[in-house]
Amino acid sequence: MSTAHRSAGQATGLGAPQAIWLVAEREIASKLRSKAFVISTAILLLGALALVIWGGFQAANQSGTPVAVTADAQQYVEGLPGLEVTDVADKAAAEALVEDGTVDAAVVGDSSSPMGFTVVADDSAPTQLLLSLAQLPPVELLNPDGSEAAALGYIAAIGFGIVFLLAASLFGGTIAQSVVEEKQTRVVELLISAIPVRSLLAGKVIGNTILAMGQILVLASIAIIGLTVTDQTALLQGLGAPIAWFAIFFLFGFILLASLFAAAASMVSRQEDIGSTTMPITMLIMAPYFLVIFFNDNPLVLTIMSYVPFSAPVGMPMRIFLGQAQWWEPLLSLVILVATCVAAILVAARIYQNSLLRMGGRVKLTEALAG
Amino acid sequence: MLQLSGVTKSYGGRRALDGVSFDVRPGRLTGFVGGNGAGKTTTMRIVLGVLAKDSGTVTLDGAEVTASDRRRFGYMPEERGLYPKMKVLEHIVYLARLHGFSKTDATTRARALLERLGLGERMGDNVETLSLGNQQRAQIAAALVHDPEVLILDEPFSGLDPLAVDVVAGVLQERAAAGAAVLFSSHQLDVVERLCDDLVIIAGGTIRAAGAREALRAEHSRRRFELVSASDAGWLRSEPGVEVLDFDGGYAVFDADSDETAQRVLRRAVAQGDVASFAPQHPSLAQIFKEVIQ
Repeated sequence: MSTAHRSAGQATGLGAPQAIWLVAEREIASKLRSKAFVISTAILLLGALALVIWGGFQAANQSGTPVAVTADAQQYVEGLPGLEVTDVADKAAAEALVEDGTVDAAVVGDSSSPMGFTVVADDSAPTQLLLSLAQLPPVELLNPDGSEAAALGYIAAIGFGIVFLLAASLFGGTIAQSVVEEKQTRVVELLISAIPVRSLLAGKVIGNTILAMGQILVLASIAIIGLTVTDQTALLQGLGAPIAWFAIFFLFGFILLASLFAAAASMVSRQEDIGSTTMPITMLIMAPYFLVIFFNDNPLVLTIMSYVPFSAPVGMPMRIFLGQAQWWEPLLSLVILVATCVAAILVAARIYQNSLLRMGGRVKLTEALAG
Repeated sequence: MLQLSGVTKSYGGRRALDGVSFDVRPGRLTGFVGGNGAGKTTTMRIVLGVLAKDSGTVTLDGAEVTASDRRRFGYMPEERGLYPKMKVLEHIVYLARLHGFSKTDATTRARALLERLGLGERMGDNVETLSLGNQQRAQIAAALVHDPEVLILDEPFSGLDPLAVDVVAGVLQERAAAGAAVLFSSHQLDVVERLCDDLVIIAGGTIRAAGAREALRAEHSRRRFELVSASDAGWLRSEPGVEVLDFDGGYAVFDADSDETAQRVLRRAVAQGDVASFAPQHPSLAQIFKEVIQ
């Protein structure tokens, strides 16, 4: 064929970045068009919104237990938080208000009581009020264990653990399915005759990473905006930096997992067989969740977790939240994670390349690596 | 010109291709025939770079084929497949873009080609809703949309009804006329015989015959002649150097041991009575095929 003819094609050379982006774009578009994905995302976001709003109501409710107080009991409720005080003339008036439900309880002066007052309630006394009224001696702890921080830490641990588990398994599963779909429908042969295998793999990983990060960012915005609007800013202040680090670690942690999912899925030819090769990776995703829930108060386990690439996205933000990490620790852990990520991509690309056209049975790992 | 030279490929210990060499010339349709497992698909995959060869070369105009050359190759794999949940037009546009066309150009081309292949009405439908025959047409559109200069088609006619075979054959001839080198495999030897200019026959991983169709036919013809005459041709049986294969009154098919024998037979036939027809018989592709794969 003459050189003149060969140069006459209108197609411009397609660089790797364009090829990768085309694949990523298709990956995203096909996902956004899938009803299952849109509905499950909507449910997830509505759930998060409901949680934040419910939290807001809880917080708002705490600030107002309606209480009737007689003049001689005024001194006992003064300065107590969480009470909505109605002044009444005497005990009878107070009882009337309790009877008709205007207030939850009444505090009336009572000289026969050792404390100087009595709480009048309908059928049970509100715990909130009793706790506020209880006179506790001041306590001085010589070895404080930060039990308040531990409770919050537990909540944060579950939060990071669940979000990582859900997002990684949802989108990891998605990428695995999409790889097998291409193999099962054989469209993959057409694709890799047009673009390099690595571009295809990279496009799929990037497309799904964008979707996963997008979902995480929308979730985070809902949490932050919701907490701000419902005036729960105290919780926000402690969580800001850990959430930011979580997002960064999640990005690389997800790329790492997505590459492995793609490689594992490329070794089988049917959707039904995905589980057989992706199982070990699913375990890798579950592990940090259970570890962080059982060991969120164990500094040693957390420290190890925060450096192992597969659990670092959960472990390191936890340690930052608990104030256990030095400033350089997240950076070091991030370097380890990124290095592992690069290594995993290279290995995954090799497995992917060697397995893509092997139809039928499951490709053995040694064969996939050897080629 | 696309040239394969000494291409070898083994799977495990089994040699799938052994020193495969042949040419696919531009402007011509090259038929690629062989039994199941003969090595057709493996050869095509190697040409497309989808599969790595163990040794040998694949060159285009004398230079080793590179990845960017392959972007101007069109491919129809043996295993058909498109994304089931993508719309037909969108899918073909996507593939054209992977081959380097801008979105606008890709769309224009995809539309024109789908119209030409009779899929104009189905462009907005998901691939999975098409009948098998129509999916096949979409697959052909996928191979052609980027105006490839080398076309490699694995069984492009399987599963098509006779009308669709004609449409697809027409499109392929058009591409060849425009200067593309076209290599296609088929089990339908009559279709190959009708369409192809050149022929490559493979069996057991080795090329058994390759070249222009007519040259191959001539090469494999064994001085076989057909005689139709007014008088009884029974005398042929006693003619020296002649082996009669078929005989019915004035009709006979025979092999002659030399051109002189044939001429002598013709002269005698004319002397015996009016000769309606005397012609050399070229073997059909099916006959050549059976002969060379043995």
